[in-house]
Amino acid sequence: MFTHSNTAAVASFSRRKWLAATAGLFLGLASVGGAKAADDTIKVGVLHSLSGTMAISETTLKDTVLFLIDEQNKKGGVNGKKLEAVVVDPASNWPLFAEKARELITKDKVAVVFGCWTSVSRKSVLPVFKELNSILFYPVQYEGEESERNVFYTGAAPNQQAIPAVDYLMSKDGGSVKRWVLAGTDYVYPRTTNKILEAYLKSKGVKQEDIMINYTPFGHSDWQTIVSDIKKFGSAGKKTAVVSTINGDANVPFYKELGNQGIKATDIPVVAFSVGEEELAGIDTKPLVGHLAAWNYFESIKTPANTKFIKDWQAFTKNPKRTTNDPMEATVIGFNMWVKAVEKVKSTDADKVIDALPGTEAANLTGGTSKMLPNHHITKPVFIGEIKGDGQFDVVWKTKDLVPGDAWSKELEGSKDLIGDWVGKKCGNFNVKTNKCGGQAS
Amino acid sequence: MFSSIIHRSRALLIALVLIVVSGLPAFASAFEDAVAQFANDDFSDTQEAVGVVATSGNPQAYAIISALQDGRLMFDAESKKVFIKTADDKVLDAITGAPVAALPADASNVRLNNRLRGVVSAALGGLTLLSPDPAARLAAAQSVFKTPDEAFLPAIEDALKKETGKANRRAFAEAKAAIVLAKSDASEADKIDAISVIRARGDQDALAMLTGLPSDQPPAVARAAANAIGSINNSLAMWAVAQNAWYGLSLGSVLLLAAIGLAITFGVMGVINMAHGEMVMIGAYVTFVVQDLIRTNYPGLFDYSLLIAVPLAFLIAGLIGILIERTVIRFLYGRALETLLATWGVSLVIQQAVRTLFGPTNREVGNPSWMSGSFDIGQLTITYNRLWIVVFTIAVFVILQAMLRFTALGLEMRAVTQNRRMAASMGIPTSRVDALTFGLGSGIAGIAGVALSQIDNVSPNLGQSYIIDSFMVVVFGGVGNLWGTLVGALSLGMANKFLEPVAGAVLGKIAILVLIILFIQKRPRGLFALKGRSVEA
Repeated sequence: MFTHSNTAAVASFSRRKWLAATAGLFLGLASVGGAKAADDTIKVGVLHSLSGTMAISETTLKDTVLFLIDEQNKKGGVNGKKLEAVVVDPASNWPLFAEKARELITKDKVAVVFGCWTSVSRKSVLPVFKELNSILFYPVQYEGEESERNVFYTGAAPNQQAIPAVDYLMSKDGGSVKRWVLAGTDYVYPRTTNKILEAYLKSKGVKQEDIMINYTPFGHSDWQTIVSDIKKFGSAGKKTAVVSTINGDANVPFYKELGNQGIKATDIPVVAFSVGEEELAGIDTKPLVGHLAAWNYFESIKTPANTKFIKDWQAFTKNPKRTTNDPMEATVIGFNMWVKAVEKVKSTDADKVIDALPGTEAANLTGGTSKMLPNHHITKPVFIGEIKGDGQFDVVWKTKDLVPGDAWSKELEGSKDLIGDWVGKKCGNFNVKTNKCGGQAS
Repeated sequence: MFSSIIHRSRALLIALVLIVVSGLPAFASAFEDAVAQFANDDFSDTQEAVGVVATSGNPQAYAIISALQDGRLMFDAESKKVFIKTADDKVLDAITGAPVAALPADASNVRLNNRLRGVVSAALGGLTLLSPDPAARLAAAQSVFKTPDEAFLPAIEDALKKETGKANRRAFAEAKAAIVLAKSDASEADKIDAISVIRARGDQDALAMLTGLPSDQPPAVARAAANAIGSINNSLAMWAVAQNAWYGLSLGSVLLLAAIGLAITFGVMGVINMAHGEMVMIGAYVTFVVQDLIRTNYPGLFDYSLLIAVPLAFLIAGLIGILIERTVIRFLYGRALETLLATWGVSLVIQQAVRTLFGPTNREVGNPSWMSGSFDIGQLTITYNRLWIVVFTIAVFVILQAMLRFTALGLEMRAVTQNRRMAASMGIPTSRVDALTFGLGSGIAGIAGVALSQIDNVSPNLGQSYIIDSFMVVVFGGVGNLWGTLVGALSLGMANKFLEPVAGAVLGKIAILVLIILFIQKRPRGLFALKGRSVEA
């Protein structure tokens, strides 16, 4: 719009200064990251975003791993060696995940990595872990359709979260729901989960006209139209429920709009797969009482193990209000399984640990014992919780037994014949119809 | 959903109404047993207990069931005792209503699920149909409308005779109509009358009730119902247009609020300010801090928290803006690319600083009571928070325009924008005006943050979600013109909201972007291009 008469000299000087300052900053950061460690430790990589969009969810998991390492070291470490955390920040940047993973494995020589949240970050590090033959523990519920030799999935597969939740809503206690809104953020996890759910609902006799599918962009904040569409869809004289795969941040305005437009859980309940104690921390939950979430862990579950975990965690973080959530529990289970496997084979060699992990059992915080399966998924209990006025959940329903995770969904045409079996078949996508490894189902 | 449950407990509910009407106390010991059942913390036991307590006619029944509804009914698993926690934290014995010194240490509240919540609100509706408080009667009639049961019919007819208030009479008439429709042995004429009452209600609940009618109706009833459904659908379709217009206005005002600060820093000064979103975020965090202080120190002032936050957010975001201008931007005037990179760096620094200071998770910013809930105009639901944001946006826009027009600083700002050298030679301290202008833009972004904290997440990422939209609005509206920003924001909001129901949220957004790109091809300077010499400067 207007020109400035700043002289070139001033500008170039300031630019040089700016560059120097930036370079200094980076050097400083690098020297912190590369601190040398003694040889008698086992290094554990932590690959969670500490900045950028995903920091909101992933920072807690970084703290969880640090907490677990601290606890383990108090017990004397593993195989007589102390554990040492190597924390990197992939900054919610998917290609950077792969770079940082490579750095952890080749430069820092970590024995195992705990990390990733989004599916796209996991997909981005997969080739690195395959190539360098290392181990990744992935602690988040995801869309399934994957079983890799180097990855251990301790979060829920769709049959451990989405399908039990729909079963609950169909039951008498859940309200005998007949009409379904599948609302999600537009990316791979909601799209795959909704595809599985749609197939499942149809197999249960739900008609196409009773299913409404709606996708929104990341960080969608104006929910007026969609909430009033849901209201309209729900006024067809049949009990309606919303199955929400809306991603973290967009949930707060979504729930605020639900509350403001007066949609109560007794009219149209919403069951969410990505809303936990952490997300609710940002909302006044009084208008939301009765809406549901399906997880494999809730902070409010009263077991001695959970009570102790919460107490120790709050002491470790020096924050008496710090919440716990499902992916944290998945991290705990994965960490304990890894420790057991390493102690069993008395080595941190990736091949030995990978072979030792299936069959390994670890207590979960809700009173059961989870087991690593040959498909690198674990058995988990499934809980349905109702939002309470204080931002916590009341468990209103749970599965009788632990549910084994399916790597490949039985509901989808493309994957119903596939299994993952890294013990007998040494194959992540074994087709039981054609008896061959590899490829998709016929 | 509840019809089957209510069918089963119909006998109980008929008894309930009879007792409530006649006011006879009965089944004292059954009542005590039922109350003790709450301590089992089992959903079916609780449901049974609700039925018995509601029909017991015991004077404690209302207190117990309303406490259950609000989660104030406590039990001690060991002694099987049940207590009521009153709203002001006193503890009463549930059976006798006598005060108790303190709750046992591990007492917890009796849990409900959604099915039980329906049962509880129906039971409570039955208990309050004849309450002396008209508002309670209205709520009871509305809850009966949602879970119609013929057991309530005598009480409703009784109430209808006594009711004088217009709203109450209508609610009771609608509740009666709902019951008649659900009743299998109602006469054809009664059902047709009921349909016309429901048709007059004309909202989505009415539509749900009529479409959910069993198919074995006599032909005349079925025809009346089909006609009513058609007419309700027609009127709802008309209201849908009004609704989209309102949503568009509301989205437009949010866009305007987010963009108006940028219209000054980018539009007027020409600085591509990527840290604009972070100023919005700082404003939201100021609101959080203010509310946090008020909650702990002066809970009574909570409804005023936003009024206190607005000037503070303006000052803090404005000062940070001036700081950024003085330390970074002033060295980069006239070099768009470098400004873009530097301000983007600044935005990352601010985000991470906030993340370190307040943590990465969302912070809770509450809605004051005057910004919660909604009201209806016809079939149009208007939520208070959106309405106030529209009002607030208009106020900010008017004040800002007046400031630019009538104050000395405004005059200087316009002078510097139009011709910097000339302004400098007239004795205007251009460098100081730059700093103040940038501060003003940032401050306005800060107060936008106060408003946006009411509808969005308060997290370090808040600003990022608005920066693209803000640039879109300013570029579309025409750089350097606040009126352009106003028209740009409103037309983008409207276009978005009328496209969304047709194309879906994702495609709608893409369509808007494509339209803007095409528009900019045609008119590179936006809707309201500046004309004259200042364009070339």
